[in-house]
Amino acid sequence: METVLPYAGLFATGTAITLLVTLAVLPIGICLGLLGAAAKLSGDPVAMAYANFYTTVVRGLPEFLVILIFFMGGQHAVNAIVDMVGYDDFVDFNPFAAGTLALAFMFGAYATEIFRGAILAIPKGQAEAARAFGMSGWLTFRRITLPQVWRLALPGLGNLTLVLMKDSALLSMIGLNEIIRVAGIGAQTTKNTTLFYFVGALLFLLLTFIVTAIQKRLEIKANRGIAQARG
Amino acid sequence: MQAETKDLLIRIAWRSFYVLTALVVAAIIYGLSILNYGVIFKYFGKVLGGAVITLELVTIAVILGFFVALPTALMRLSPNPLLRYPAHTFIYFFRGTPLLIQMFFVYYGFAQTDIVRETFLWPIFKQAYWCALFTFVLNTGAYSAEILRGAIQAVPAGEIEAARAFGMSKWTAYRRVILPRAFRIAMPAYGNEIIFMLKGTALASTITLLDLTGVARTVIARTFTSIDVFLVAGLIYVAITYCFLWGWSRIEKRVNAYLSQQP
Repeated sequence: METVLPYAGLFATGTAITLLVTLAVLPIGICLGLLGAAAKLSGDPVAMAYANFYTTVVRGLPEFLVILIFFMGGQHAVNAIVDMVGYDDFVDFNPFAAGTLALAFMFGAYATEIFRGAILAIPKGQAEAARAFGMSGWLTFRRITLPQVWRLALPGLGNLTLVLMKDSALLSMIGLNEIIRVAGIGAQTTKNTTLFYFVGALLFLLLTFIVTAIQKRLEIKANRGIAQARG
Repeated sequence: MQAETKDLLIRIAWRSFYVLTALVVAAIIYGLSILNYGVIFKYFGKVLGGAVITLELVTIAVILGFFVALPTALMRLSPNPLLRYPAHTFIYFFRGTPLLIQMFFVYYGFAQTDIVRETFLWPIFKQAYWCALFTFVLNTGAYSAEILRGAIQAVPAGEIEAARAFGMSKWTAYRRVILPRAFRIAMPAYGNEIIFMLKGTALASTITLLDLTGVARTVIARTFTSIDVFLVAGLIYVAITYCFLWGWSRIEKRVNAYLSQQP
C-alpha cells in the first residue's frame, strides 16, 4: 500500500485518460456504425461493397496492428504534408489523436453490424403508420426508427464499449499515458512489478464495473415503455 | 424494412459513399505508388516466418485453452459455491481486464517473483514465448468457458430429461448427450473467439516475440520504412482469418448437418 500511494495521482490521470479515449471514440464510432449500417441496408451496390469491405477487413486485422498503422502512417502523412508546406523539422503525431481514430475505425465496423440488426428488427408497420400521419422520411427516421434502434442496439453497444476500453490499453504502446503505461512507470521505479500491474488490472475491473452499471441503467430507461415477460 | 427508412438510407449512402469513393480510390492509388516494394519483396519470406509463429501460438493456445475452459464452465454451473465462485472470479478477472496487462503481469511480474525464480518453473517462465502462451491459454480459457457455459445452458431441457429417462447417470448424460450437443451450439461463438485469439497474438510482439506483427515491427525499424510491411502483415492476417472462417463454417455445417433443412 505504501508503495502504491505515492503513485495514486499518476494512476488517477491514467484512468482519466483511458476514460477520455473511450468517450472520444464513442461518438465517432457510433456515427461510423450508423453510416455503415445505412450503406449495408441501402441496396446500392457500391455502398454495400464499401461497407462489406470495411467490416471484413476490420474483422481480420489485429487491433494492435491497426493502431500501429494509424500512428506510424499518420506520423508519416503529417510530416509529408508539413514538408510540402516547407517546414523541415520532424513533427510528432499526437498518440491520442491516432489512437482515437484507430479505435473509432474498429468500433465503427462492429457497430455497423449491431445497428444493421437493430434497424432490421423494427416492425414494418410502424413506418407505414408514421407515413399515414404524414411524416417525412427524415422525421420517421428521427422519431420512430432511431429511438428504437437505440433500444435494440444498447446491449451490443455496451459490450463493444467494454471491448473498446480494454483495447484502449494498447495505446500505451504508442506512448499514451493511460493506465498500463502509468503502471509500467511505477513498476520500473519501485521494482514491484506484480503489484503495479495488479493495481492497473483492478482499475480496469473498476471501469468495467462502472460501464456495466451505466449500461444497465440506460437499458432500463430505454426499455421503460416495453412490456416485459414476468416469471 | 420500412420503406421510408430505406429511402432515407439510400440517400445518405449515395451522398456520403460516392464522395468517399473518389477519396478512397485516390488514397489507394497514391498509397500504392509510394510503397517501398524493394523492402516488401526482400523481407516477405521473413514476414511469412512470423506468420508461422503466430499460427503456432494460436493453435496451442486454443487447444490448451479448451482444456481450461471446459472444467471452468462446469465449475461455473456447479451448485456448489466452493466450485462456482473461484470459476466466476477467474472468468470475471480475465474478461474484465485487457490482455496486454495480463501479459505484462505474467512476463514482467509473476515470472520475476521468487516463487517462480527459485523453482522448476523458471526455465519455462524465463522465456517470453511461454509467458505469452501461458497468458493466452488463461485468457482464451476464460472467454471460452463463458461460451461453453452458455451453450450447456442452451441444451434443450427435453433432451436432458430424455437422457435421464433412459437411466443415464449424470456423467453418462454429460458425456453422451449434453456436451456433444453443447459443443455444436457453441461452434459459431467459438469460431469468433479463435479469431479474437488470432488477433490477440499480435500483442506477443510487445514482449519481444517475433510473431507476424513482431517481424513487421523489426523490419520497419531496420529499414526506416513507414507502414509498408504492416500492410503486408495485415493482408496476411486477413487471409488467415478468412481461410479459417471458411474451414470452420464447413466443420460447422458438417457437425450440425442433422439440423439443416436440405435432405
